[in-house]
Amino acid sequence: MRTLARLALALAFAFAAGASLAQQPAPDLEFEGRLKRLEADLRCLVCQNQTLADSNAPLAEDLRREVRALALSGKSDAEIRTFLVARYGDFVLYDPPVKESTWLLWFGPFLLLGGGVAVWLAIVRRRRGAGVSAGADEPAVAPDASERARKMLDETSSG
Amino acid sequence: MKALRWGIPLAIFAVLVGFLFVGLYRDPREVPSPLVGKPAPAFSLADLREPGRKVATSDFKGQVWLLNVWASWCVSCRVEHPLLVELAKAKAVPIVGLNYKDKDADGLAWLAQHGDPYTLSVVDADGRVGIDWGVYGVPETFVVDKAGVIRYKHIGPVTAEALQQTILPLVRKLQQS
Repeated sequence: MRTLARLALALAFAFAAGASLAQQPAPDLEFEGRLKRLEADLRCLVCQNQTLADSNAPLAEDLRREVRALALSGKSDAEIRTFLVARYGDFVLYDPPVKESTWLLWFGPFLLLGGGVAVWLAIVRRRRGAGVSAGADEPAVAPDASERARKMLDETSSG
Repeated sequence: MKALRWGIPLAIFAVLVGFLFVGLYRDPREVPSPLVGKPAPAFSLADLREPGRKVATSDFKGQVWLLNVWASWCVSCRVEHPLLVELAKAKAVPIVGLNYKDKDADGLAWLAQHGDPYTLSVVDADGRVGIDWGVYGVPETFVVDKAGVIRYKHIGPVTAEALQQTILPLVRKLQQS
């Protein structure tokens, strides 16, 4: 009996919750998804290693509100990014644009990679060079030693 | 060949040490503002002392002025505040306060307690104007020239050193031009 009462109560709560949910306008999932993606690409200036989407800083809240308002007014993602960059600089972008001041950032890793490849090639070439010169100048095996070895091999195979 | 073998790693190490050493003395919280050299974003906000009166950026055309972003909840604002009070006494340059995301009553009480160095303070209750000015941490101080162009931004509490070596010389130069 008690279980039944509990069940009824639970059902009643579930209904009430469902009813209050149904009264709210259905969230536009596509729009919310777009905002989330946009905010995940923007940096919070207060907690500098957090995205705008993740940060709980009051400024991040304000900026999210601003981004939402701009998106609602029909601005494109690029326009919203331009709006923020005009105020806070490229720093707000997690994907900084390629320009003179960011050349080192974008191409630096390739420079390092190139340097690594150059070092590797130099080492390989030197090793190979060392092997060739060893064969030419000072034979690794004395000529009479190989002669003797051949003789010994002949003896064992014939005997 | 031997020299290269030692020289190249040593050079790379030296460059790395150089970068790290410079990095030690740079504050990652100081993000250079793209607004320096651009016209100050226009606002029209209520005066904190006379809520009925609207104050606009254009009211300051023709003079060099400072915009100081402050709030009663801002702890480091207390650090710079005595300097601002002193600066106001010297009447070197008008200081406009932007009372950022604050309650009017709290802001007025704070000024009554710590002294009011501001020619006037404007109310930015929701921080909307702060966003236009690229404010991301309080306090921040902007130097605006006669034509209404932002010439300098100081992030964080103004220090005596910054005031004497950078802000005041710049203000004097701009006032003469």
